[in-house]
This record gives sequence, C-alpha cells and structure tokens, in this order.
Amino acid sequence: MIALALPAQTTTEEGFVPPTIEEAHPPNILPWNTEYGVWFAPGFGKQMLLVILSVILIGAFFYVASRRGQLVPGKLQFVGEAAYGFVRNSIGKDIIGGREYLKYVPWLFTAFFFILVNNIFGAIPLLQIPSFSHPGSAYAIAAIFYLLWIAVGVKKHGLRYFKLAVVPSGVPWYIMPLVVPIEIISNFLVRPVTHSLRLFATMLAGHLIVMLAGSAIEFMTLSGNVLLQGTGLLVLGGAVAMYMLEALIMVLQAYVFTLLAAIYIEGALHADAH
Amino acid sequence: MDSAVILAAESPLAPNLWELLVTVAGFAVLMYIVIKFVMPAFEKTFAERTEAIEGGIAKAEAAQAEANAAREEYKQQLVDARTEANRIREEARAEGAQILAELKEKAVTEANRISAQAEAQIEADRQAAVVALRAEVGTLATELASRIVGESLADDARSARVVDRFLADLEEQSATQSAGAAK
Repeated sequence: MIALALPAQTTTEEGFVPPTIEEAHPPNILPWNTEYGVWFAPGFGKQMLLVILSVILIGAFFYVASRRGQLVPGKLQFVGEAAYGFVRNSIGKDIIGGREYLKYVPWLFTAFFFILVNNIFGAIPLLQIPSFSHPGSAYAIAAIFYLLWIAVGVKKHGLRYFKLAVVPSGVPWYIMPLVVPIEIISNFLVRPVTHSLRLFATMLAGHLIVMLAGSAIEFMTLSGNVLLQGTGLLVLGGAVAMYMLEALIMVLQAYVFTLLAAIYIEGALHADAH
Repeated sequence: MDSAVILAAESPLAPNLWELLVTVAGFAVLMYIVIKFVMPAFEKTFAERTEAIEGGIAKAEAAQAEANAAREEYKQQLVDARTEANRIREEARAEGAQILAELKEKAVTEANRISAQAEAQIEADRQAAVVALRAEVGTLATELASRIVGESLADDARSARVVDRFLADLEEQSATQSAGAAK
C-alpha cells in the first residue's frame, strides 16, 4: 500500500497514520469477494455498484418524469423537463447550435446526469464515494466522447477532417511546422487526457480531503490530549466547509465535462470554420 | 492479489479494467433509455406544447380575420343598401317628374282640345245663329213689310209705333233665342 502525495507515512510517537488511496476504494460487498473483487469480476466493489445504481436512478426518474407528457406539466414532469431542457438548450443548443444539435443532446444529457449523480454520491453519507474518483470510470467516459467527436468530424468532413483539425487556416506556411505538431498534441493527445483527469482528479482530491479530515478528527478526538481535541473541532469546521466546496465542485465538474464535450463536438462539426 | 490490484496500488492513475467496463456499460444502458424513452417523450411534449400555443394563436388570428371579413361585408352591404336607396329615390324622383310632365302635357292637350271643341261649338252655334237669323230676318222683314203694307200706313205715328213694337219683339225674340242657345 502506497500513500498518495499525502504527508509521508511516518511512524512518529503520535501514531497518526494518514489514509491511503487504497482506503478510497470501498470495502468489498459480496461475501465471496476476493480481497478486491469477486472471483469472476475482480474488483467488483461499491464503486461499480454505485455506477449501476446511478443508471437505475437516472433512468427511472426520467422515464417516469417524461412518460406522461402533459401540456401542463405536473411537479415531477416539470423538474424532468427543466433538467432535460437545461442540457438541451443551455449546453446543446447554445454550444452546438444549428439544426443538428438535437442529435447530440442524448449524449450530453446522459453524460451530464450520469456524472452529476455519480459525483453527488460522494456527498451522501454511507454511499460517500464519487464514482469518478476512480480513474477507470473517468477514462471510460472521456474515451466515449473522444471517439464520438472524432467520429463526428470524420463523418462530416471525411478523412479531410484530420487535416482541418490540425492545420489552422490563415497561418503562414513557415509557421506550419511549429503549429501543426502543437495542434496534433493539443487536440488528439492532451485533450482526452485533460478531459478525463480533470473530472477524476477533482473528485479524488475532494474525496481524499474529506476522508483525511475525517480520519484526523477521529485521531485527535481519541488522542486524550485536550489541545488536540480542540484542534479537532477546528478541523471539523474546516471539513464541513470542504464538504460544501466539494459538493459545489461535484455539480460544477459534471457541467464542465458536458460543456467541454459539447465544445469538442461543435469543433468537430465546424472544423472547416476554425 | 491479482494484476489489477497491483496496478491500482502502483499508481492512482492506473484504471481498474472492470470499473472501466461497468462505466461504459452503464453509460450505454442509460443512453439507450434516454434515446428510447426519455428524449422522444420530452421532445414530443415540447413539440405539442409549441403547437398548442402556436395553434391557439393561429386560431385567434383566424377568428380575427373572420370578424374583419364579416365587418367588411357588413360595411359593403351598408354601402350597397345606401346606393340602392339613393338609386331608387333618384328613379322615383325622375319618374315623378316624368309623370308630372306627362300629366301637364295631357292637361294642356285636354285643355286645348276642350277649348278647340268649345270654339268649334261656338262657331257652329254662331253659324247656326247666323243662318237662323238670316232666315228669320228675311221672314221678319217680309212680315214687317206685309204688316207695314197691311196697316196702310195711316200716319207716321202709327208707323213709328209699329216699328218700335217690331224691334221690341225682335229684341225679346233674340233674348229668348240666346237663352235657349245658352241652355
């Protein structure tokens, strides 16, 4: 077990052992689990269960909210329409626009609520882990959009898309050798990495901070030292503030991820105009 | 520990393959639900709502147009009726004037006819009177002459009385005759 970039794991006389990244991985659920997963699915833990739970929650909510389809919506339908309309209009229509944005609304809508609900799991007691604090999930969803916007570009412009994407117009020829590699790196290599790591890192960091604060509070409270216990109260206040901040970031990152996905799709659609 | 665990333990950036798969599968399932149920339902509702609002507006516009058309028609009818009334009045006036003229003409003709008839009557009467008078004057003259001769003309006084009496008779006779003609 290797600690993340937390204070080095020391064995001082205080005996405070900071939580490691391994502890961010929740305990196994099924009794016949191997140490970290079941025999047929190694690593099948709480995080995966939460991903599945999120699919059920989101699917059920929007299925029920959209099913009636009344002209004058009830409360549930109104909430569903507002949520759908937000992604459809504020992200899809405003960023992609044109007549073709509606084609990409399901992708954006699914991504937004998938990420949002999975992030918010981290702020709910007992569930208490944002699914995207695990890199696998973040890579997966970023890869989906990476493939999507490349496919959109190729479908729209053919193989010429790759040229359009890396050769900016209006640049003098002698700068091209400099610009083209930069464009290739920034568009096709860095972009998916930042797209996924932004989500993953913010979720993991927030999770770790809250976890660290929790373990520190526990250690300080049980230490028997009055001064440490007083400090523990301060840490508790700080932890609550960090929890609030993290809750904000959970919502924000879902929005940022979806917004960037929309911007990438728009860029692929209108590669010839950039 | 299998390889996934070791990998996860080695670097926080190393993905767990199963998490990756579960996420992709979850996304795919959610995507299916969204495309199959959620989005069509919401889009249908949006479209229906738009249509309901725009349909309402269109209906109101149609009603407005209909009302305008009816008003125009009413106005047109009013104008037509006025024109018609004016025309009838004009016609009546013209007809009245014509009738009046005709009547006047007829009256004048009748008057002329009556006066011509009267003149002819008068002329005829006069002729008749002249004829009758002439015959009478002859007779009278003859009678008077015979009387004068028959009286043997004894004296002038007598003859003067005879003449007076004759003239008086004559006057009386002419008065009787004119009264008879006037009858």
